[in-house]
Amino acid sequence: MSAAVDTPLVELRGICKRFGGRRSTRPVHALDGVSFLVREREVVGLVGESGCGKSTLGRIVSRLLEPSEGERYWRGRPYAQLEGRSQRAERLAVQMIFQDPYASLNPRMRVDRIVGEAPVVHGLVAARERDEYVARLLRRVGLDPSLMRRFPHQFSGGQRSRIGIARALAVNPRFLVCDEAVAALDVSIQAQVLNLFIRLREELGLAYLFISHDLGVIRHVSDRVLVMYLGRIVESAPAAELYSHPNHPYTEALILEVPRIDARRRRYVPIRGEIPSPLAPPSGCHFHPRCPKAFGRCRAERPLLREVAPGHLSACHLNEAP
Amino acid sequence: MSAVLEVDGLRTHFFTRAGVVKAVDDVGFTLERGKVLGLVGESGSGKSMTGYSIMGLVDEPGRIVSGSIRLEGAELTRLDAEGWRRLRGNRIAMIFQDPMMTLNPVLRIDTQMMEAVLAHQAVSRAAARNRCREALAWVGIASPEERLRAYPHQFSGGMRQRIAIAIALLNRPAVVIADEPTTALDVTIQGQILAEMQRLCRESGAALIWITHDLSVVAGLADRVCVMYAGRIVESGPVDDILDAPLHPYTRGLLDSIPARNVPGRPLAQIPGMAPAPIALGEGCAFRDRCSRAAEACAVSPPVSSPAASRTLRCLRPLA
Repeated sequence: MSAAVDTPLVELRGICKRFGGRRSTRPVHALDGVSFLVREREVVGLVGESGCGKSTLGRIVSRLLEPSEGERYWRGRPYAQLEGRSQRAERLAVQMIFQDPYASLNPRMRVDRIVGEAPVVHGLVAARERDEYVARLLRRVGLDPSLMRRFPHQFSGGQRSRIGIARALAVNPRFLVCDEAVAALDVSIQAQVLNLFIRLREELGLAYLFISHDLGVIRHVSDRVLVMYLGRIVESAPAAELYSHPNHPYTEALILEVPRIDARRRRYVPIRGEIPSPLAPPSGCHFHPRCPKAFGRCRAERPLLREVAPGHLSACHLNEAP
Repeated sequence: MSAVLEVDGLRTHFFTRAGVVKAVDDVGFTLERGKVLGLVGESGSGKSMTGYSIMGLVDEPGRIVSGSIRLEGAELTRLDAEGWRRLRGNRIAMIFQDPMMTLNPVLRIDTQMMEAVLAHQAVSRAAARNRCREALAWVGIASPEERLRAYPHQFSGGMRQRIAIAIALLNRPAVVIADEPTTALDVTIQGQILAEMQRLCRESGAALIWITHDLSVVAGLADRVCVMYAGRIVESGPVDDILDAPLHPYTRGLLDSIPARNVPGRPLAQIPGMAPAPIALGEGCAFRDRCSRAAEACAVSPPVSSPAASRTLRCLRPLA
């Protein structure tokens, strides 16, 4: 029992991902030595700006992409061992929820097939029991089962999100990778879908990797938060700790920068510069050209993740006594 | 009287085969010189269409049915095409969510910017070019002379939005309408653009209408807030009053839905249901089906009341 609890659900070690670079073109280093783990029933938030590699990482976790380097483990076993018919349930245990509730549903399929196709193909339910199975899933995500003969265009954005969630749940996953799953929704609808995620986690004991650029959303749903910048994890901490005591200057800037209801007619003091291109990332610490606290070593040497408090890792040279 | 823009009883309706869509339905507000008005609402609330109406950008089958828009005292609703052309990009300008709505992808930046100057001012090409270079520097673009010769695709999203802002401000407009200009941008870039807009409005004296779905952005930027729902302003007032003591249940619901205002991990306070289809909105308060305070009286459209100085409200059962 205790061994099963201690073994992480998912673990990634030293993941690198390069795109292109075959002939004369330079490769894009989308991920550069990323390691983290997700425990049973844990919600890990992954936050970063566009181009930082967070979606690539999500796709590698859910095996939509293969890494260029590094190892992936599911309950302590390498992903490569999860082949063949006998391991199908293990492979299906990781499912993905996509950002765009319009683009991620086939417009020419009815809801019964969108949700019911995978469990029938994988032999989880008999074809004649499909409708009943789909109805149960739709009720679970808060949709009226009588709508299952409809097409995606007949639903609103919030309802389509629910269809995408029902589709993922149809194959009995243990772990959901949610890539900007609420970004396209209005505030009032976003709250409804976030509540659904919170309820499903409690009811089904799911773990999530919750990817978002929205720090408010991440704070709300996550137990632990990873901050990414240009292909690397720069900080990792329990959610409350990260927001109250950010360590990395980038995390600090991100948290300061977020518009807040209680900050009225404030004077914004943004960090300068833009996110550099992953084609030619800066030397040393990737953040040093924009960092107000950068010094000589930051340009030369890559800072490694080190523990700055229990369970709180940060990759910043400032943490090392001079 | 320092009102630079006065909108009163504005109705913009779309006459479709399926019926009349009242996208903007009796909207009114006043904007003072150098002030920032936040126009807040969810998709389909009519906030962007209010902006388009003020810019004279409503296309068929839509039209302004009634109401008045006065810019620096002059009535805009009766302008002809030539009158609008002289005004747009000159006294009143718009910044869109996607800067590529403003920028032509096949023209160099200098061509597009100089066109905007020369369309409204009798100056030499050299003077116009100088003006463009200054404008680029003003919005924080480094080496503006070289960047003038670049094409839009050579800039990042944040830089493109800066150029769109520079074009909007080229002729020193009295009013700038910004339609979610930071929504597509990353947090750190959004912070930069918000900072620039604050500075530019302060320095140029332009009044700003900031259209957004994000109450947190409005909190940091606006002096006054109008909250829209189903084509109507349901509540308006000074930013502190609206955010700290909302009177309309919809405003309260929106504020409560924001994750940062809830206990992490606990269910968020949520507004049930979804916004009604804009077609065939019947009589009565459009929010009543989602409202916990709704009563029979709400089947009649609530009139605009003024619960306090410089506040307006459209609700028969307001929060205490």
